[in-house]
Amino acid sequence: MLMVSAMCALGFAGCENMNTLRQDMANQPKQNPLSPSTVFADGRSERPIVDNTVAHGSIQEDVLFVPKDSNAFPLPLTKELLERGQQRYTIFCTPCHGLQGDGMGMVAMRGMKHPPSYHQDRLRNVPVGYLYDVVTNGFGAMYGYSSQIPPRDRWAIIAYVRALQLSRNAPVSELPADLQEKLKAGGAAK
Amino acid sequence: MLVLARSPYITNQRVTRNQPVQFSHKHHVGDDGIDCRYCHTSVETSAYAGIPPTRTCMNCHSVLFNNVGYLEIVRDSYRTDESIHWVRVHRLADYVFFNHSIHVNKGIGCSTCHGPVNQMPLVYQVAPLNMGWCLDCHRNPQANLRPKDQIFNMDWKAPANQEEVGRQLATEYKLRTTAELTSCSTCHR
Repeated sequence: MLMVSAMCALGFAGCENMNTLRQDMANQPKQNPLSPSTVFADGRSERPIVDNTVAHGSIQEDVLFVPKDSNAFPLPLTKELLERGQQRYTIFCTPCHGLQGDGMGMVAMRGMKHPPSYHQDRLRNVPVGYLYDVVTNGFGAMYGYSSQIPPRDRWAIIAYVRALQLSRNAPVSELPADLQEKLKAGGAAK
Repeated sequence: MLVLARSPYITNQRVTRNQPVQFSHKHHVGDDGIDCRYCHTSVETSAYAGIPPTRTCMNCHSVLFNNVGYLEIVRDSYRTDESIHWVRVHRLADYVFFNHSIHVNKGIGCSTCHGPVNQMPLVYQVAPLNMGWCLDCHRNPQANLRPKDQIFNMDWKAPANQEEVGRQLATEYKLRTTAELTSCSTCHR
């Protein structure tokens, strides 16, 4: 009796482990994302993009593809875009470039090549199209991030990188009046 | 019998799986501070969080540890365009339509279900992942709701006034009623 109830329990709750013995709705003969497949020769259910095809809807983002030598920022600059950029920068860029953009990220400290600091004249003066090209296609030891970061987010990141650059290169005369007061008084700007 | 059916032995909790590469979340998340979304890029926008392609590994490992033997499987996968056969740790029955994006966008953090992944050298399943466990939260989501900026924080702990905060967040996130959250067709279609 005990044996039977134990087997029942295994049969009902542990059917995952017994899927060779019985087929039920918990193990449907269907493809889940990234599951292996016997249908295709390479064993993948996820199919790579067919050569010379354009993904549905991708053409709508054409406006975001700014040439490498152009300095035309394709999106309206808003606080939301900068905040999104800060968040995405923290996820994807800080491992190497560091929170401040000085190339002192944790992964760089581990031995990855230190990327150049954003806070130098060469990178302050490059057009935004150049930055977009680097995020998309990579540069030097950095691989392209086109598969990890969608185009709109790449621009949000670029906007934030520009903000980072400004944070270390803004003349005091351009600060809001109250911050200038604070600076003169010797207090830390908030 | 019911006790056995709900035991970790049956639900596969706390079982580490042998993976083709001994990838450590503890090292990458805990030590290096890499965000979950760096690799699991689709977690905010789709049902599946996504397993990263080999190329994501190579973002760093083309340079770092690029001559060690235990990463040869990764380099080989990148060279030959053959997938690495990672072993699945969290599996729901095929009749459950779980969606990651709705959970992380409505205040449920990764560690609520996946546990302290940043402390796991090899990932194991923490929660039972059975229907009773899902319903516990769907009946009372307030107990687990977090502010938006804490979703991916692996070390988040509920504050002392979680009940109050949770209620506020439930309103802010426009959570559906308990009846809707526990309706059969919310998860089974």
